Amino acid sequence: MELLLQQILAGVASGGIYACVALAIVMVYQATGHLNFAQGEMAMFSTFIGWQLIQWGMPIWSAILLTIVISFAAGVLIERTIFRPLVHASSLTHVVVFIGLFGILNSMAGFIWDFGIKTFPSPFGDGTLFGLIGKHQAGMIATTACVAAFLYIFFRCTRLGLATRAAADHPVFAKLVGIASENVVSIAWGIAAAIGSIAGMMIAPVVFLEPNMMVSTLLYGFAGAVLGGLTSPVGAVLGGVIVGIMENLSATFIPVVGAELKLPIALFLIIVVLVIKPSGLMGRVVTQRV
Amino acid sequence: MLKNPLTPMNSETLSMAEGHRTSSNGSSRKNFIVVCVLVVLALVLPLQLPNFLVFQLTMAIIYAISVLGLNLLTGVSGQFSLGHGAFYAIGAYSAAILMEHMGLEYGWTLPAAGAICFLIGFLIGFPAVRLGGIYLALATFAFAVATPQILKLSLIEEWTGGVTGISLSKPDAPAGLPLNSDQWLYVLTLFVALVAYIGARNLLRHRTGRAMLGVRDNATAARAMGVNTTLYKALAFGISAMYTGVAGALGGLVVQYVAPDSFTFALSIALLVGVVVGGVGWLPGAIVGGLFVMFIPNFAEELSQGLAGAVYGVILILLMYLLPAGFGGLVTSLKGFLSRGRGHVAGRH
Repeated sequence: MELLLQQILAGVASGGIYACVALAIVMVYQATGHLNFAQGEMAMFSTFIGWQLIQWGMPIWSAILLTIVISFAAGVLIERTIFRPLVHASSLTHVVVFIGLFGILNSMAGFIWDFGIKTFPSPFGDGTLFGLIGKHQAGMIATTACVAAFLYIFFRCTRLGLATRAAADHPVFAKLVGIASENVVSIAWGIAAAIGSIAGMMIAPVVFLEPNMMVSTLLYGFAGAVLGGLTSPVGAVLGGVIVGIMENLSATFIPVVGAELKLPIALFLIIVVLVIKPSGLMGRVVTQRV
Repeated sequence: MLKNPLTPMNSETLSMAEGHRTSSNGSSRKNFIVVCVLVVLALVLPLQLPNFLVFQLTMAIIYAISVLGLNLLTGVSGQFSLGHGAFYAIGAYSAAILMEHMGLEYGWTLPAAGAICFLIGFLIGFPAVRLGGIYLALATFAFAVATPQILKLSLIEEWTGGVTGISLSKPDAPAGLPLNSDQWLYVLTLFVALVAYIGARNLLRHRTGRAMLGVRDNATAARAMGVNTTLYKALAFGISAMYTGVAGALGGLVVQYVAPDSFTFALSIALLVGVVVGGVGWLPGAIVGGLFVMFIPNFAEELSQGLAGAVYGVILILLMYLLPAGFGGLVTSLKGFLSRGRGHVAGRH
């Protein structure tokens, strides 16, 4: 029973990170209608920036804050320079450009900081809490809750959040009432990059810092986003946490599976959910006009 | 938006391809001659090249066959797959297991791999087509991630060879042909590619292909017209998987080695990039896509070893800026340009 509780808590902790990645994916998807395959690499690059700042002697919390700000700016910059000219291009074109961006970031990180693994210090310290859960894991859960609460307040209670939602729902009408839809897309990219950097810096103490560290996290994040329904931020958080729990439980309690097959099993369970409920747990059903 | 990942260009390209049939006899004969000359060139030229280059060209054609298969799915039936690397793997493994454990002649492994992949593709297709667009992408993606892991499982290690995989012997040319085995595999691959291409083209002109195009353009309308959309979507999935499976079997023969880690998710992505670069919905684009998948990563590596991935990424992004609809788009606009020029001349007469 204690093992079960421990595994569920560990699942919630890593699920929180997947939820952050899922939120970042949903932000960009809501604003542009495209899945950002490079989200994980953007997060990885941000994490390297944070690591570099810490190496240069910056206190850990200010390094984290500065990294979040830099990531926001970088996200806006990437949208403005690379994706703005492609607004009207097809989804497949976008997929290819995302793959290109993936390659660039991954290879640059390896070039600048080499491919060896590095340790990223946890801002929450070592040790356990109540003998059940690591301090860092508890910190991960708290961080996820903060990110989710921040986004909720941003979207529900600020003018900018309302404008963002309006532009995502209907760009043309939003423009007619005076919202600069283009800026909204930039902001969405910035927020996505910032959330991604938080996810990266939270998972880095667990998986070690190296250029390929976000690949599996991105996969789980995608799975979480799709499971929750790509149109719903609440769904993304829920989906991410569910994926985290499923991953941990299947690795612990299905003996043949072990560590080898936990990713396929998690994905398989998600597909089963989707076959039963094709629009995701919290997603809108999109009707098609003939 | 992922639901219909196609630009208007593609339906034009396809209808232009259909237009060829109804165009005058003269132009179709000219086309036929051009195709024959190209085939003869493709057959004869490489035989003068060093073996390693022949091997690379063979691999490019093999990738072209799988890109063609993926194009049938994405360009023709409008579905999205991030998992075709898995079908490639299943094709390669089917061929390897049939040859090494069951003593099947290598020639028979190609249809066998095709049949196995068709069946698996069709069976996966049935539940998968319930999921539109992005959800299908996730499902196929899961399939691509799971396949190498499943191939490593200790339960079936006796057959698959586990992590180490299976080594294959290279088939010799049939007695009497003055070819070494690399050259023979090249000729065989070229032949399979031609058959695959002709098959794909005929499929599009047929009832089945038209039904698939209808499903792509508007599934609801197609259903209203009596097309069984579920069946045709699953069928498109199966046929597409079959193409990729045959390519995988050929790939196994040519590389002489199959292992789980040769068929990672990166392969699925590379194939998808091949489709987009060649031109979604434009069948001859497959050969451009195949060449791209084979040679551009090597080229990037030669340009800069440390930054190979970045060079590759920059090439991809620049290509999408310059040719957003791939080479198919380029050809369509060139054709439009030429025919407009001709129309102008005719107007003056």
